[in-house]
Amino acid sequence: MTTLLRVSVLISVMALVAGCATPGPSEDSLYQDLGKRAGIAEMVEDLMYRIVEDDRIAFQFKDIDVVQFHTNLTDQLCELSGGPCTYTGRPMTDVHDGMNVTETQFNALAEQLVLAMEDNGISTSAQNRLLERLVELHPQITHR
Amino acid sequence: MTHCSNHGAPVLALVAGLTLATPALADPGSRLWATGGVTTIEGSAGGGLVPWALLAGYASDQEWGGTVTLSRAEVDDFTLNVTGAALNWHNRVEVSIARQTLDLDTLGATLGEDELSQDIFGIKARLFGDVLYSDYGQWSLGLQHKRQRDFDIPEAIGADDDQGTDVYLSGSKLFFAAVADRNLLVNATVRGTRANQGGLLGFGGDRNDSYKAMLETSVGLFLNRSWIAGAEYRHKPDNLGFATEDDWWDAFVAWVPDRRVSVTAAWTDLGDIAGLEDQRGLYLSLQGSF
Repeated sequence: MTTLLRVSVLISVMALVAGCATPGPSEDSLYQDLGKRAGIAEMVEDLMYRIVEDDRIAFQFKDIDVVQFHTNLTDQLCELSGGPCTYTGRPMTDVHDGMNVTETQFNALAEQLVLAMEDNGISTSAQNRLLERLVELHPQITHR
Repeated sequence: MTHCSNHGAPVLALVAGLTLATPALADPGSRLWATGGVTTIEGSAGGGLVPWALLAGYASDQEWGGTVTLSRAEVDDFTLNVTGAALNWHNRVEVSIARQTLDLDTLGATLGEDELSQDIFGIKARLFGDVLYSDYGQWSLGLQHKRQRDFDIPEAIGADDDQGTDVYLSGSKLFFAAVADRNLLVNATVRGTRANQGGLLGFGGDRNDSYKAMLETSVGLFLNRSWIAGAEYRHKPDNLGFATEDDWWDAFVAWVPDRRVSVTAAWTDLGDIAGLEDQRGLYLSLQGSF
């Protein structure tokens, strides 16, 4: 291959990628792939057990109302994935005000979420699509 | 085959050491799997040939971390061995050191030398952004100061200096669910350099003696969170009149079973080197993180 050809192949790969970065066909397909509200609720419960065991982040959650937190996070992920739920908790920026959530803590929670999804048999594809929507919340959560 | 036994032993020792030490070691850091990339042949975090904006290891903003790496590329007439180590402070600054040794498998007898060798001292600072969480990705600025350990051959073929410093700006971004719902990592690096064959043939030359800006790109697709497949392309200057210098490229697969260890295999094409044509072959790299 010539240099020019190699570069053009690389550029077309990158262009292809940009073209592919659009949402899937059905608006609630992610919700379905996460196992609907019941599947999400189960995964969130697993996530909460993992948070308690994780010294990097457990202290940030020590005063929460466990039942309320479980309902709110489940509704939030349900709504975010295109499901028929409405998050009724406080705005994310308000919830995290004064918590000074660090990158380390955000990463730790992301890790526990991925592991909880894996343990609940959620596919790599669904994991990635949920993460794509969740990372949008990063600025509303960290360093506040 | 003497080199296989020479370099095989430390590789095995490192694997054994990592495996045995694994249960006793604390987790290397909190950044997500494979977000430290692997280690380039120049010791900086990146792919195999191209430095990325990612910083070595898994340290996040409240943590320290680092990596140790052994790499080897066997192309038609040369064998490149690299030992490297890097430290990461708070995912803000990476400091690295690497020693490259290029065995002159077929040229050795003619030239009366067995190898070319250089040390590379690197520093890379994350300027802003996060590869996963920022819309505009992560951007880093780096330096690689390279010092020849034996300048006789490079000098004889027209190289100007026995040391040089590359400066580079890198941008890296992960696109979630980008291709078949798999995550895609895209990297672009612009490097200012006077190096001949990365510095192994010295710096500057009779044909060109000034800094040139070179574009280096990589893409990597996460098949899942422990397997990444991709390709890299690295433009290179052509400073020496005695033989043309080609661009480098590779296609790689990296396996990151957990944060402590990664294994990278690549098919690499280094083009013509010192007049010997089409230097292609396998690259293997083993990295441990702490």
